[in-house]
Amino acid sequence: MNQFSAFVCGWVFAIGLGVSGMTKPSKVIGFLDVTGHWDPSLMFVMGGAVLLGLISFPLVLRRKMPILGEKFILPEKAGLDAKLLGGAALFGLGWGMSGYCPGPALVSIVTGNLAVIVFVMAMIAGLGIGQWLLTRK
Amino acid sequence: MTNWLMPLVGGLIIGCAATFFLLFNGRIAGISNIIGGLWSPSVGDVSWRWFFLSGLWAGGLTLLFFKPDAFGQSDFSLVKLGAAGLLVGLGTRIGNGCTSGHGVCGLSRRSFRSLVATLVFMMTAMITVYLGKQ
Repeated sequence: MNQFSAFVCGWVFAIGLGVSGMTKPSKVIGFLDVTGHWDPSLMFVMGGAVLLGLISFPLVLRRKMPILGEKFILPEKAGLDAKLLGGAALFGLGWGMSGYCPGPALVSIVTGNLAVIVFVMAMIAGLGIGQWLLTRK
Repeated sequence: MTNWLMPLVGGLIIGCAATFFLLFNGRIAGISNIIGGLWSPSVGDVSWRWFFLSGLWAGGLTLLFFKPDAFGQSDFSLVKLGAAGLLVGLGTRIGNGCTSGHGVCGLSRRSFRSLVATLVFMMTAMITVYLGKQ
């Protein structure tokens, strides 16, 4: 059941990304281009999602456990560190160079467009390198 | 007028997906961590990630069928896109989240770490676009 639920959530998530305009890299670049012909409309994507989440997340987390699991699995780290800041900066650099963040890129794979495929393959390699850096001792 | 409506509707749909994922699966709908976790498989923690990814693709195919104009071409060279993809993967793994994990879910949880991460990647991306035009 939790696999079916994950599938449905992924499906709904992708529809949201497509409806919002996040799967158009040129529109994303237009949003990031604050000194040019700035298109602020994509602010409403994170705005809408967070507006809902700010209300719904605390309601959900009042429960002792999720419907299909034994416990909520949430990040436990608090406070800032170099990994968080450095990682976010590298991500921002890649996002600004391409107009793709992970979700929209993965969804756009279905177009078969070579540019997206190259981006996603490189992203998966980057995730692997990051994993290796974090776990090597 | 309608410029902001579709982004808002899309954002609300994304918020619904993130809420349902938390309610049913008890997890954060952070795309980079869901996919990145496939690199460090532990028992019983793999298949739901593939199902979520399959859901993303099913959603993509649905869009392709009903709203093909939802997809846009990228204007950048393949070399630049490859480098960007590498940075996005590396950065989201090291920084433990992307636009969905830190941006949507983290802010919804009022996480200070996610707020700072979101401000950093937004600012960096904006500066990158600015420098790219010079």
